[in-house]
Amino acid sequence: MFSWDLLANAVVSGLLLGGFYAAVSLGISLIFGLLEIANIAQPAFVVLGAYAAYVLNNAYEVDPILTGLAFTPVFYVLGAVVYRVYYESFERRGDEALRGLVFFFGLLFILEVSLSLKFGVDYRLVQTAYTKTSIEFGGVGIAFRYLVPCVIGVAMTLALYLFLSRTFYGRAIRAVSQDQQALRLMGVNPIQIKTIAFGVGIAAASLAGALLICIAPVIPSTDRDYIGRMFAITVLGGMGSIGGTLVAGIILGVAESFMATFFGPSWSLAVSFGILLIALAVRPAGLFGR
Amino acid sequence: MAGALLEVQGIVKRFGGFTALNGVTLHVKAGERFGLIGPNGSGKTTLINCISGALAGYAGRIVFDGGDITTLPAHRRTRLGIVRSFQIPKPFTSMTLQENLDIPLEYAARERSRDAAADAAAILDSIGLGAKAHLKPAGLTQIEMRKLELARALAARPKLLISDEAMAGLSSAEVDDILAILFRLNEQGITIIMIEHIMRAVMRFCERIAVLDAGQLIAEGTPEEIVRNHAVEKAYLGE
Amino acid sequence: MARTVPALIVGLLVVAAGIGLVTLRVNPYLYFAGYVILQYVVIATAWNILGGYAGYVNFGTPAFFAMGAYTSVFLIQSTRAPLPVLILAGGLVSALLGLGIGYLTLRLRGVFFSIATLALSIVLQTMIMNWEYVGGSRGLSVIRPSGPPFGNYVMFLFTVMVTLAVVAVVTARFIERSWVGRGLAALRDNEEAAECMGVPTLRLKLFATTISGFLLGVAGAPFPYYVTFVEPNSAFNLDYAVNALAMPMIGGTTSWVGPVIGAVLLGSAQQLATVTISSEMNLFIVGIVLVAFVVLAPEGLLGLVRRLRGR
Repeated sequence: MFSWDLLANAVVSGLLLGGFYAAVSLGISLIFGLLEIANIAQPAFVVLGAYAAYVLNNAYEVDPILTGLAFTPVFYVLGAVVYRVYYESFERRGDEALRGLVFFFGLLFILEVSLSLKFGVDYRLVQTAYTKTSIEFGGVGIAFRYLVPCVIGVAMTLALYLFLSRTFYGRAIRAVSQDQQALRLMGVNPIQIKTIAFGVGIAAASLAGALLICIAPVIPSTDRDYIGRMFAITVLGGMGSIGGTLVAGIILGVAESFMATFFGPSWSLAVSFGILLIALAVRPAGLFGR
Repeated sequence: MAGALLEVQGIVKRFGGFTALNGVTLHVKAGERFGLIGPNGSGKTTLINCISGALAGYAGRIVFDGGDITTLPAHRRTRLGIVRSFQIPKPFTSMTLQENLDIPLEYAARERSRDAAADAAAILDSIGLGAKAHLKPAGLTQIEMRKLELARALAARPKLLISDEAMAGLSSAEVDDILAILFRLNEQGITIIMIEHIMRAVMRFCERIAVLDAGQLIAEGTPEEIVRNHAVEKAYLGE
Repeated sequence: MARTVPALIVGLLVVAAGIGLVTLRVNPYLYFAGYVILQYVVIATAWNILGGYAGYVNFGTPAFFAMGAYTSVFLIQSTRAPLPVLILAGGLVSALLGLGIGYLTLRLRGVFFSIATLALSIVLQTMIMNWEYVGGSRGLSVIRPSGPPFGNYVMFLFTVMVTLAVVAVVTARFIERSWVGRGLAALRDNEEAAECMGVPTLRLKLFATTISGFLLGVAGAPFPYYVTFVEPNSAFNLDYAVNALAMPMIGGTTSWVGPVIGAVLLGSAQQLATVTISSEMNLFIVGIVLVAFVVLAPEGLLGLVRRLRGR
């Protein structure tokens, strides 16, 4: 059942979704791509951000994007604390391979179950001026609830890229992944830099979560859908490449959109997993990786 | 090449955009004491990683004991007799010193040893660690860690031993200690490649030295020839 | 070999004790709960062969367990095969799954293996949910065969699980004490050094992944007959993922004893708790306990005992 309209719609929603996926993966791109810390709890932080947006939207009709932005400093501090615990317990002892990984899994689990205990398993969504509207563009319908997250996602990617390439701390973060010794010789404490980087990564989850709940309703276990996606995007895009994250996000978005349009939505998770496996098998360095 | 135990032919290794080794060719004769020196970042450890098999994805050819080992994984090369010690010691932390040696005795051996425990104890004794055989590596001093690295490498029954900066950070007396061990091993017939920054040790120990700079071989010869070589001086000291 | 014979004898005695317990016909709930705890002994032991011995963390335990269960469902639906066949088939399918995932990811850093296993569960669950023959998302009813030994199918399954638990533990112990186990320990301690000392690390990792997968599949194979109604959410339950980690972590990962202790302690605690608190609260507590142990007592109870003894 093929038609150009269907194809065009699939491509456009894929592109928009891709921008959003890139936003959601920025935190992991930073934490896993640059710092090489396998923070598998990242999706849970995103969902946490989504619920924060939900609570304020539900109680006070606050726009989720505003909540996402407002909570960014809170998430930053949370990220810094989490990293410190991780560093003291595992990185310092050289134990991050097994135990550090299990730590993050435990964190993922605790976050998901806590949300479940507090909010139950009903789907939660937000109501804003634009969640129900859309515009027509050359025969293709573009829903605002996809367009806004995509635009903000691209903006976030750009902001992070500029941060990493133009600011002192950003460049220090890039450096810490390549040569900690050199950093120390310059009088910069690598641990402090990594704390900042981790904090920024988690802070990104706040806004990403707000975007998430704009696109679709959430439940506590929504985090599981994004584990495969985040890592697939980070690996495909190339570890440490922010631009690569955007490109990979779009590729994944379009691939999932095609799959959903022509074969049914239940296969979209298989797409990200498939991309992850193929990327690992064929070119682990990713499209733009080092 | 006759008499060559190890032949390295045109090794090129790139990491993304960075060329670490740009066509390195050298050979090491059986029973020789060979030195590999060069400034930091010149590619010495990368070359050793290619030879030992720790790194793959390089261009060129490596021939050991008459056989082409270019595509063999590291553990197979170890079994053939190429053994390296690590610059930063990598002991098996959950095992005693004796158990550390049991691993290569069991896995790298070309023939099953009849009494692995006795062999391990003998090696540890010969190197001065006999008293600590039943302790874990956690309590060892710097030089003891280095000795453990060498002991473990010995337990793998090497034909060619690659000693990667085994003396870095040691005191003068400790350097002599390690040097004596290496001399003794060479007398027993083990070919040794020494990577070092401590020139005193290199000059005393090596019969032939190759100098690497920025991924290329810039000089090769006896210690006396190397010392007088202008290119070497330039590489280390700048213009 | 001489050290294995006493172990096998002990194992047989345990199985005999299990059968004896069944003939006593104590409170039937004991057999239901006992089955779950023994199932966790298998799961925790299986996980530990790869996680504790080799140091490679598998987050996808539900995938392997469920594949064992669904292989059973498939065979029950198509051929009404007897239980031993179901168990072997379930084990083999999960073993192949382990080998496959391992082959694709174990040449890279360990963290990629872990991430792949994490994503695996979710993807497989989605695929099973779309497979109508085994019930899809609605689930499937399974009828227990008639005329079971001991007259009661749950009691029979209890003895089966006792046997499987013994098999798993004896296997783990055998591996741990063999040259394979020593090689795994070396690669866990320092993979690069192990490879350079002649240990064929890739082959050993694939071996561990396959055996671990096999035992997890074996644990899942009798599941359809135990629950009689199989649906993806219970077969792929996250419980299995977190318990498979928590039980060896709590007990201690370096020896076969740890997972057994962890499974018995945590499993019993959870069985007691399900009647008093909600299942979510139960999971929450397990999560907290897991993180607490990983941060504060990484060597588990065995490690604490060792430290108290002053070693």
